[in-house]
Amino acid sequence: METVKMQDVSVIDLPWKIEYQSDRCTMCGSCVATCTFNAIEAGVERRSVTVSTGHQPSPTQRHSAVPVIRQKASLTNACVGCGMCEKVCPNRAIRPIRNLDSRQNLLARTGGATIKRGGRTNLNSDRTLDKIIVGRISQMTDPALDSERHTFDILAPFGRVLSPKELPLAAVGNDLKLTTSTPPVNWIYPVIFSDMSIGALSTRAWEAIALATAYLNEKHNMPIRMCSGEGGMPVKLMQSEYLKYTILQIASGHFGWNRIIKAMPEMKVDPAGILIKIGQGAKPGDGGLLPAAKVAPHVQAIRGVPKADLMSPPNHQGLYSIEESVQKMFLSMNAAFKFRVPVAIKCAASATSVSVYNNLLRDPYKICGGFFLDGIQGGTGAANEVSLDHTGHPIVSKVRECYLAAVKQGSQGQIPLWAGGGVGLTGNAAADAFKLLCLGANGVFLGKMLIQLCGCIGNEQGRCNSCSTGKCPTGICTQDPHLVRRLDIDKAAQNIVDYMLALDAELKKLMAPIGNSTLPVGRSDALVTTDKAIADKLNIQYAC
Amino acid sequence: MCRIGAIKSKVPFHPSKALYLMLPQQEGHDNSGFAMVMQDLYGRFAEYKDKPLLSVACTQKGNKLIEDFMDNNNFNPVYEWIPNISKRPGLDIKAMPYYIFRAYDYPEHYADTTPEAKAELLLDIRLALRELLEKAGQGYVYSFWPDVLTLKEIGDPRDIAEYFGLWKETDELTAKNIVVQCRQNTNYDIVRYAAHPFFLQGYTLCANGENTFYTKNKEFQKSLHRGYIGFESDSQNFLYTLHYVLHELKWPIKYYKHVITPLPFAEITTRSDRAELTAIRQSLGHLEINGPNTIIAMLPSGDMMTCCDSKKLRPVVVGRDENTLAIASEVCGINTILPDRDKTLDIYPNEREVVLINERLEVERWKQ
Ligand code: SF4
Ligand code: SF4
Repeated sequence: METVKMQDVSVIDLPWKIEYQSDRCTMCGSCVATCTFNAIEAGVERRSVTVSTGHQPSPTQRHSAVPVIRQKASLTNACVGCGMCEKVCPNRAIRPIRNLDSRQNLLARTGGATIKRGGRTNLNSDRTLDKIIVGRISQMTDPALDSERHTFDILAPFGRVLSPKELPLAAVGNDLKLTTSTPPVNWIYPVIFSDMSIGALSTRAWEAIALATAYLNEKHNMPIRMCSGEGGMPVKLMQSEYLKYTILQIASGHFGWNRIIKAMPEMKVDPAGILIKIGQGAKPGDGGLLPAAKVAPHVQAIRGVPKADLMSPPNHQGLYSIEESVQKMFLSMNAAFKFRVPVAIKCAASATSVSVYNNLLRDPYKICGGFFLDGIQGGTGAANEVSLDHTGHPIVSKVRECYLAAVKQGSQGQIPLWAGGGVGLTGNAAADAFKLLCLGANGVFLGKMLIQLCGCIGNEQGRCNSCSTGKCPTGICTQDPHLVRRLDIDKAAQNIVDYMLALDAELKKLMAPIGNSTLPVGRSDALVTTDKAIADKLNIQYAC
Repeated sequence: MCRIGAIKSKVPFHPSKALYLMLPQQEGHDNSGFAMVMQDLYGRFAEYKDKPLLSVACTQKGNKLIEDFMDNNNFNPVYEWIPNISKRPGLDIKAMPYYIFRAYDYPEHYADTTPEAKAELLLDIRLALRELLEKAGQGYVYSFWPDVLTLKEIGDPRDIAEYFGLWKETDELTAKNIVVQCRQNTNYDIVRYAAHPFFLQGYTLCANGENTFYTKNKEFQKSLHRGYIGFESDSQNFLYTLHYVLHELKWPIKYYKHVITPLPFAEITTRSDRAELTAIRQSLGHLEINGPNTIIAMLPSGDMMTCCDSKKLRPVVVGRDENTLAIASEVCGINTILPDRDKTLDIYPNEREVVLINERLEVERWKQ
């Protein structure tokens, strides 16, 4: 018998256990080959077999060695429940089962290292949005519209909007004429494809999203914009017409900006906007993190860095203060594109978001073209688990508070509010978006959901979430050329396109019954909730 | 549902005409109230055209509060019209004990101030009176403006008219413009302030329909101007936006429609004034209205305007003869007061159209 020490890690300590039926298994090896986490292996087990072949029972027992597939009892090779083995097994002989008695959290900090992973929070998946219902349905006096027949204006502003009295309009006879230019504002689809970098994503996954973006614009006339994510984008794309569908991101590491700046003279069109990333909802206190395992040669090229862990600082460093450096960045970004391209800012939702928003609203230069608030349910390619699960702020009440803060000073809509971090968590992004709009958001941004449409199988219950490992089983979050090939770009793009077309139809299905042909931004009267605490907090009607 | 109407005439006419315009439409308006704003007054008020005229419904105590307040603020009454009230039992009216239609002299030190300063003063006084009466629970103040009289009450319009003696066509109280409506706001509580037409600094407006952007309009308007208060009805949004566009921003009137029902972006981009229209739609997005609506507005000049929502879910019709023009939700009302007009000249404005009628009854129509 093998000696087992009490402290040894065993399969029962791991978060997922493999259920394996050797009688179904033909030992084809597909599962072992497909498991990117090296969590299973082929082995031999000794079996005792009793047989009786005569007319009368005459049992004989013999021992035989049988080949089997078994799970490794190792923390570094723990099964993540991705289910790829089950997917590829032709005989349904193997599948992962969640282990409720896992002790992984107690064991995984070997050597004093923090637990790192990707994905999303696994603790805070409670959903306020599902407790809110669109409860004001037009019945008689204000007829509902026909979602098929009426035309709907489904567009949201990206850019700094002036107050009516600040508009440089002068009456010339019966006409108003703009006397000077106003800050640039782009009216775009109220759903932005969120900032996921090449590096965090495989080039193919990034390309799939870019492809879907272009297709939705060119073929379906949906002005969807995609944010590059930190780290830049391929120079060829920057020099192409498609740049106009892209929002370029600059984050605290400033990765990729050298190349962007160098590409500027070559740009044929302006980008759709600039997004300065201050923080991220999934891990508010941390800067970006790209583990060395994912810094493949092309990532090194795009970002202009050697192969190493790429850590962006938690804030934008300036000589004097963060405010100053952000202000400088705003000005330089605006100036870089000669004030033709709106510049927005993305922050992690926080108890302090309202004061940040107030400061932006009161900024005399009027250079902030959008406030992107990212909630705790957002995703990330890599983070410390302690940040993922224990830091952050729910998005719904925060958006509402910011909107109401603007209402108080009559400046609603001047710095468009964009909400993200958990939008579409249950797969119903249109309903989530609609409710957030009613609460005061101008639009929403989607990230995780896009990669889920590409094939990511991660979820809030601890499945996979291995985006930091470089071993993404679906080829989405890895730079390993073998794994990346698992992703079918066209199919992934097609899924995103299909989803967005349905989302558009669903938005209309929600706008029509409340009788609105334009987006119901701030129409909190359209919402009710059966939760009194939510009603009080969001200032919407309580219903029961 | 509401039915709304307005009459504009080259010759002064009696309010009974407004009743004849509205009563045939009663199937649609449920006869739950009567409210009208008269502008460009003749009869008893003809000599007091430049004197601010206070229209109030109140209690005896309220009357006293007003007298003291006006006295303290150096407004001296110069003329009061006291309607010949009928107390016939059985009249369906929730009458208030006192109705004040009183013209005042400006305080002496205001004699030489600009019209703008006077306009601000009159608004301040009305708002202060409203607060005073509201706090004490003693009455309602509808308008305080030269040459404008407002009468509103809850009940059956026929009985209200009888109560105020409005069926008897005399020369005592006439006007060249009347905007009228015959229904209380039945969506919510019956409150006198919720009955259109609404009035603010020379702008009068009534609306038929439902403004589904009420909350978002209200939240924005609240911080735009001290006079934008109450919000007892979603139709007040239209008035405040009209006042904001014309009085505050001082924009040409055609931009009002661009604010309340902006063109779809796809259409804006094809126009030569797209930069201006986009800027307007952007900055005044929270004043956009939605839902089915028709409005009738009267401007300080006496010009009248009508337009509909962008889907034309509520109709309106304009009919006229040589001397009189009427606007109404339904043509049956116009047929009653202008039976011999040339009906081929009737105008049924479409969802992008604005109709403006000036002092000489010249009609200007344009597409947004
Ligand atoms: S579920 Fe995924 S990680 Fe677990 S054994 Fe199967 S392939 Fe490997
Ligand atoms: S499938 Fe890939 S992208 Fe999805 S959670 Fe796993 S590692 Fe991350």
